[in-house]
Amino acid sequence: MRQPKIIVVGGGLAGLMATIRVAEAGIPVDLFSIVPVKRSHSVCAQGGINAAKNQKGEGDTVDKHFDDTIYGGDFLANQPLVKRMCEAAPGIIDLLDRMGVMFNRTPEGLLDYRRFGGTLYHRTAFAGATTGQQLLYALDEQVRRHEFEGKVKKFEGVTFLSAVIDEGGVCRGICAMDLRSSEVKTYAADAVIFATGGNGAIFGRSTNSVVCTGSAQAALFQQGVDYANGEFIQVHPTAIPGEDKLRLMSESARGEGGRVWVPRNPAEKRAPRSIPDGERFYFLEEWYPKYGNLVPRDIATRAIHRIVYQEKLGIDGQSAVYLDVTHIPRETLDRKLEGILEIYEKFLGVDPRVEPMRVFPAMHYTMGGIWVNGEDQASNVPGVYAAGECEYQYHGANRLGANSLVSCIFGGGIAGPAAVKYAKNLEKGAESTASAVFDSEKKRQEERNQKLISQDGSENPIIIWRELGEVMTEHVTVTRLNRNLQMADGKIRALQERYKKVNLSDRTKWSNQTLNFARELENMIILARVVTLGALARNESRGAHYKPDFPERDDVNWLKTTRAKWVNNDIQLAYEPVDTSLIKPRPRRYDAVK
Amino acid sequence: MSETKQVIVKVKRQAGPKEVARWEEFSLRWRPSMNVIICLRDIAENPVTRDGKKTTPISYDSNCLEEICGSCAMLINGRARMACSALVDQLEQPIRIEAMSKFPLVRDLIVDRQFMFESLKRVKAWIPIDGTYNLGEGPRVSPEIQGKGYPLSNCITCGNCLEVCPQVNENNQFVGAAIISQVRLFNMHPTGAMNKSERLSALMGPGGIQECANAQNCVHACPKGIPLTESIAEVNRDAWKQALLGWLVG
Repeated sequence: MRQPKIIVVGGGLAGLMATIRVAEAGIPVDLFSIVPVKRSHSVCAQGGINAAKNQKGEGDTVDKHFDDTIYGGDFLANQPLVKRMCEAAPGIIDLLDRMGVMFNRTPEGLLDYRRFGGTLYHRTAFAGATTGQQLLYALDEQVRRHEFEGKVKKFEGVTFLSAVIDEGGVCRGICAMDLRSSEVKTYAADAVIFATGGNGAIFGRSTNSVVCTGSAQAALFQQGVDYANGEFIQVHPTAIPGEDKLRLMSESARGEGGRVWVPRNPAEKRAPRSIPDGERFYFLEEWYPKYGNLVPRDIATRAIHRIVYQEKLGIDGQSAVYLDVTHIPRETLDRKLEGILEIYEKFLGVDPRVEPMRVFPAMHYTMGGIWVNGEDQASNVPGVYAAGECEYQYHGANRLGANSLVSCIFGGGIAGPAAVKYAKNLEKGAESTASAVFDSEKKRQEERNQKLISQDGSENPIIIWRELGEVMTEHVTVTRLNRNLQMADGKIRALQERYKKVNLSDRTKWSNQTLNFARELENMIILARVVTLGALARNESRGAHYKPDFPERDDVNWLKTTRAKWVNNDIQLAYEPVDTSLIKPRPRRYDAVK
Repeated sequence: MSETKQVIVKVKRQAGPKEVARWEEFSLRWRPSMNVIICLRDIAENPVTRDGKKTTPISYDSNCLEEICGSCAMLINGRARMACSALVDQLEQPIRIEAMSKFPLVRDLIVDRQFMFESLKRVKAWIPIDGTYNLGEGPRVSPEIQGKGYPLSNCITCGNCLEVCPQVNENNQFVGAAIISQVRLFNMHPTGAMNKSERLSALMGPGGIQECANAQNCVHACPKGIPLTESIAEVNRDAWKQALLGWLVG
């Protein structure tokens, strides 16, 4: 029998889980990653991973996890697969536990659980406040073991450029560039699983890592892979502003009792600790008595924006509110939150155990992504699978905290076997694909590189990127107005024109990061337009997508998935119904009883 | 109006492993909360040296920018550390930035740390689970073991502990403190302990734990505050015990 071959692109949680599953099926897998996989962005996840284990005897159930996820996502997610994810979550925690993750423990030696946003239960397992790092390492170790046993071959420092798609529209492999030698090569495979993460970089600064550009998704989009719900972007309520990065301050700070407040008096001059309780405005607790500081992220973010921009109550008149953990015992802070408190201390030189933190919302998570079916993570192009943040499936219009890690591992766990099954059933594998198909893709990509390296232009890619980020952050994040979205799209298209004249300040071939960045930038611009046009079209407010001119959710017209397609070299929006067969949509009101 | 404050940065450039190294100096505009990554980005945006010569952007590794991915380790004012958490206001100027010296150089500030990942294979730094199918919960772990293991599992494989170790040199393949500490982590875990002797054996022989000469530089260089010397002492004891026992039962 023919031996199939699978490629996985991306070595974060989803990619590693897919890799393990393929290796376990005895199928060779090539794993591509821009960075050594142990340095993937999943390490930045902090707070924890959800599973309804009911470890605290509160009566938590899988159904409640499912309901919280659908309700938190404002009913935009297709429900059956979300339900399967919630059912699988306890088993995923068990698996990670067996892999040796150093989860926090109860005195009895069981896993400890904390509270998180958008739920009333202790449902979140955690390893200090560096849970993503710990989970990624566990999967990285398992992949290393498979690599040691010869089942996995890693291509680290090799970046995906495009899929190799034959004349029948079937994916037969990938075209990728070695980031050291700049050499472009094609790699044949019967199926390719993409796990390439979010697209924070199109917003300039975000909580995402440098590699989270969305470039791979955008490249696939331009090859006919549909992109769904692009307009749904999560802005996390609490991050530390920085010029290079907006560093996440995990929801777990609030899960452990952290409180968000501002002085009631906008002219307040006293240090935060000397402001008496009665003169502090705990606005989330006041506005949302039931969930308090643990309302979902879209709600908390809009509340902070309202405090700063409408009520003019930002600290010292600036864009900042206090996130206060100073009332929590130091021992608890060090045992449960040390990782994030250290980030604050290291980067700002202030000890948050003593001084309330100053935070502000920041672009954080990409709910939208590669369109996949509701069954097995397959995209609309045969042979292309997607899992993790790069696809759109699990979080609807707003992701609940601590659901991302579970969706990555669940999605990767499905994609692996699905790709294997597909590959085994193929009548003709990639090995029988004409070499001309690979050669022409390689040539196309080499020509792009050559053009970029040799052209004389007047535009600096870094400046184009910065302007892109400014436009996107100002107009396409928390509050969206149609006239601004239109203007933003105009600006993005102008950047697209300017991009044609980009001039690289490095024209060498060895380890040229400017070349790779310029390539990614071109794709980022396309993805930025997908996000902007999706937002412009959707005249309602749902989850993270908020339009003051259309303040209500509109199920009659907009309970549908946006499905962007690449037609005649341009973006075309199509729509399809949402599968709400399991939970009937109801109004989403966190200020009232659910 | 006061003159704009400047930041003077000197970067050791090298176009490739076989090229000649040279220093370039840059003058950058100071802003609050600047770190070394921001300096490198400023240079990328306008790659012109202090004396007005056009140059290329500096190649360097970075990813998370919050000291959790381990990418951006380099020598800053001679000290091995992460560039993202190296704040300009806490550094003496001119800030000297160069690649780590104990790993093969790729270009400018990029080095190849594959040796560390290979070493993780050598010591089998994993829990050999039966499979990813549903097998129920893992073993119970006391909060005490978790409290000891969690800090060890924070290792970001940055390589700073190897960079500062006098025993890591051309004549020696010493795996370094990070790897030894990982052995301690896996040997501490109830399931991992089942393969304890295999990992200890892997740490004996050339490049193994006996290469440690107790300089204790590693523990001071670790950005994550991992008790590396404690790990080395404990693994060393276990390795001796195992060797002695092997010798006794012959």
